[in-house]
Amino acid sequence: MSIHIKNGRLIDPKNNIDAVRDVYITAGKIAAIGKAPSGFVADRVIDASGLMVVPGLIDLAARLREPGYEYMATLESEMDAAVAGGITSLACPPDTDPPLDEPGLVEMLKHRARTLNQSRVYPVGALTSGLQGQELTEMAELVDAGCVAFSQADAPLTDTRVLMRAMQYAATFGFSVWLRPQDSFLAKNGVAHDGEVATRCGLAAIPVCAETIALSTMLTLARETGVKLHICRISSAAGVEMVRVAKQQGLAVSCDVSAQHVHLSEMDIGFFDPNCHLIPPLRSQRDRAALRAGLLDGTIDAICSDHTPVDEDVKQLPFAEAEAGATGLELLLPLVLKWAKEDKLSLSDALAKATLQPARILGLDAGHLSVGAAADVCVFNPDAYWKVEPAALKSQGKNTPFNGIEVQGKVRFTLIDGKLVYQA
Amino acid sequence: MNNPQLNKHGELQHLLTTEGLPVHILRDILDKAATFVDVNDGREIKKIPLLHGKSVFNVFFENSTRTRTTFEIAAKRLSADVVNLNIGSSSTSKGETLLDTVDNLCAMHADMFVVRHAQSGAAHFIARHVAPEVHVINAGDGRHAHPTQALLDMFTIRHYKKEFHNLRVAIVGDVLHSRVARSQIHALTTLGVPEVRVIAPKTLLPAMVENLGVQVYHDMAQGLKDVDVVLMLRLQNERMQGAALPSAQEYFKYYGLTEEKLARAKPDAIVMHPGPMNRGVEIDSSVADGAHSVILSQVTFGIAVRMAVMSMLAGTKA
Repeated sequence: MSIHIKNGRLIDPKNNIDAVRDVYITAGKIAAIGKAPSGFVADRVIDASGLMVVPGLIDLAARLREPGYEYMATLESEMDAAVAGGITSLACPPDTDPPLDEPGLVEMLKHRARTLNQSRVYPVGALTSGLQGQELTEMAELVDAGCVAFSQADAPLTDTRVLMRAMQYAATFGFSVWLRPQDSFLAKNGVAHDGEVATRCGLAAIPVCAETIALSTMLTLARETGVKLHICRISSAAGVEMVRVAKQQGLAVSCDVSAQHVHLSEMDIGFFDPNCHLIPPLRSQRDRAALRAGLLDGTIDAICSDHTPVDEDVKQLPFAEAEAGATGLELLLPLVLKWAKEDKLSLSDALAKATLQPARILGLDAGHLSVGAAADVCVFNPDAYWKVEPAALKSQGKNTPFNGIEVQGKVRFTLIDGKLVYQA
Repeated sequence: MNNPQLNKHGELQHLLTTEGLPVHILRDILDKAATFVDVNDGREIKKIPLLHGKSVFNVFFENSTRTRTTFEIAAKRLSADVVNLNIGSSSTSKGETLLDTVDNLCAMHADMFVVRHAQSGAAHFIARHVAPEVHVINAGDGRHAHPTQALLDMFTIRHYKKEFHNLRVAIVGDVLHSRVARSQIHALTTLGVPEVRVIAPKTLLPAMVENLGVQVYHDMAQGLKDVDVVLMLRLQNERMQGAALPSAQEYFKYYGLTEEKLARAKPDAIVMHPGPMNRGVEIDSSVADGAHSVILSQVTFGIAVRMAVMSMLAGTKA
């Protein structure tokens, strides 16, 4: 099947293209940009006039809820949501039930995902058995089964010796370790940033030092072990500064932030909106400004959706009791665009945070539209405004703090391996 | 964001917190309560028919005999039908969600819910989900708010001190975990008290508490100096387990209110406590029962204030 995407504005951060260029796709790959290759006959022409043609988005954190939490979401529903959001590759954290700590589970997930023929799924394996923080998983076997990195998701790893060993072992094979920095003692029972809003609302708080203390441990051990460390969901100004310094010192560390945290702060909790109960907690407006500054100067490499579909029954509860997390796959693109607009960034620089950069973190040759690359493409209308209506979201999770907000940027076509998997 | 406590006419629809309440509403409640003090004290017949035919449901997800009883007395004196539900021991333990419980209670045609819940924000949550003609009174939600307690404290202060604009008020104790303290702070600052102090060790103060408009003291002798009103807070025993305090004895020595420490306050200072008191932990018996104590007046006024709130809500249309 050959596809000709014509008259669209092509934005490809890797190849430094931001211009109206036609894209020619054959046999699942980008055959040519600009001019048709000789003998090219299109089976399908997509008129992208007024639309943007960009690499398919790559999301570093999307919970698909399988296995174990099918009542919250299923692979089918969330994969539909992913392509509707222009996401062609996604990494899923190991916090399933059971956690992704055995090759069989990973193979099963990969197999289930493949049969759906939609976004590419890259499982992140559990760093420790059952995410219990005590014994290492069979990392090499898990990689053979399809894992791309290892993580504790949001489960604590309090034993620093286990953490060090896990990093040493991962470093032996060159595997990446992805960790969210949070000291579990300081964060115990906490549900909100230790600031003005938690004080006013009487919510149990998580101080910034819960992040920085854990970060300090992780960075120290990364230096010690030489492991490739990826910091997940950074949330505070102090945390961003520590990563900045570590990078300046030459440490091989990368870092992401959730799209929610780029836009929201503790103030958005308002009158106890359970949709703003997130992990990590939404912090102060100064922290949010520092996250944005970190994105701009490259301290933070990527923006992810941190997609966490949650069942209404466990979300519609008083703030602290409500299950944490926000649905995000369909909002990643609009939230990246909104950030670009607010911070006056070029679309290319902004989109790199959700395409090229996450691909690098995943170690994939993806997130770009070079000739010969897999044709994973997102075509969207940058001028279409739409109101976030939970019921209209494809994800089974309707929990979003952006409920009722008008956003800009609507996906029209998503292609994976040159196949049209979504159109609207 | 609309104030969830007010209807579109700016009238009190629910009483969830003292934060963000217009000062005229606070004053209206206190003035109205003053008219009920006579009902409670002077007359032989203690009932008035303002809530005749209305149903008030005391919905307590957390146990409290004292607060529930005062709400019950207040509602009965207004001639309401009162239903007491201790949900803590029934529905939720059977797995019913809070929303289901609220829907069920609404289906029983309650006019007013008096709600206590262990989670901060529970009263807001319930207010968001009840039918538009139902009123919600927060009788305490987690660490967040306990507005009727704060209002009865304001009533007591006004009763003894007449004005708010010339007062120095100190709140002493576990502010971090206290819904009473938060509600008191908002009420005091709204009513124009120029100097509100909090006195506590750092482990019992929330972050950025000064942003609520209070001055922070860690030393009783300094904090109590020349104050007109001392608001004591209850110290829960579990604070000793969470490493917030070493012992009740040490706490009493440094933060317990004794006659000696109280001598730093103005000679006519009043001492208040929301109850139940831990004598010998946060307050010495000689102070609790002493000449400065107005703790029992608080209890009496509490009924009048709750009557005021209920009668005002009953007169408000959705």
